[in-house]
Amino acid sequence: MITTTHYLVLSLILFGLGVTGVVVRRNFITVLMSLELILNAANINFIAFSNHLGDISGQVFAVFVITIAAAEAAIGLGIIIALVRLKHTVQLDQVSVMQG
Amino acid sequence: MDALVTHFGAIVFYTLAALAVAGAVGVIAFRNPVHAAISLLMTFLAVAGLFVLQRAELIAAVQVLVYAGGVMVLFLFVIMLVNVRTLPDQERYVRRLVPAAIAISVVLAALVLVGVWAAFRTPAASPAALVSVGGQVMGNTEAVGWSLYRDYLLPFEVVSVVLLVAMIGAIVMGRKEKEERA
Repeated sequence: MITTTHYLVLSLILFGLGVTGVVVRRNFITVLMSLELILNAANINFIAFSNHLGDISGQVFAVFVITIAAAEAAIGLGIIIALVRLKHTVQLDQVSVMQG
Repeated sequence: MDALVTHFGAIVFYTLAALAVAGAVGVIAFRNPVHAAISLLMTFLAVAGLFVLQRAELIAAVQVLVYAGGVMVLFLFVIMLVNVRTLPDQERYVRRLVPAAIAISVVLAALVLVGVWAAFRTPAASPAALVSVGGQVMGNTEAVGWSLYRDYLLPFEVVSVVLLVAMIGAIVMGRKEKEERA
């Protein structure tokens, strides 16, 4: 029997992997992909609780999360294009102009 | 054979969950961004399957269309445009991994506790509640549509503005500077 808790734990694992990716990776493209993982984990939670509580609102908010994820990907990839044009790198630790 | 039938839901869940986690590990572990992107695609598709298991068919379709169709193509397009191989070779991970790993583990353990505690406090509702609006039974897409356009009309409009801003921002950032253009 698969319960809501199973989905929560799966979402947690995906979220943890996403956070780990954001923290430990240096490639900006991979960091953006890890952000998508985090948003997907949030969606699994929304859907699981929507099913658990019998409330359709969770699915509506999953639609909103997907929209925001798409907007975030567009902006992030635009930043990557600008970064490569200006600095010729996608390595986050080489972009330290504002570090002083 | 009987065991297969009774545990079918569990088998599908664990298969999809394993695929999703394996894809997520691949995103972090692969050196080549194209491999990471394909790995991420596997996670997206497995999660879409999990949405179907949770009776969220519309979200599953949107997940495949928007993530697997739109966002992944955008990622692969940018990877191709940037051409990572011509950039100077670099290390994959930041230095000092151990403090980061410990911090993440602590936060995750706290989250597990909160999540499990919350799930066990409320009893599960009947599945029929998901597909009825005002006592009228309908499909998943119709139910989401009713809720979206009736209860969440303002957030829906605000999100459209967010998308417009993101689109304009991406275009402005992607454009060449004036002095470069000549």
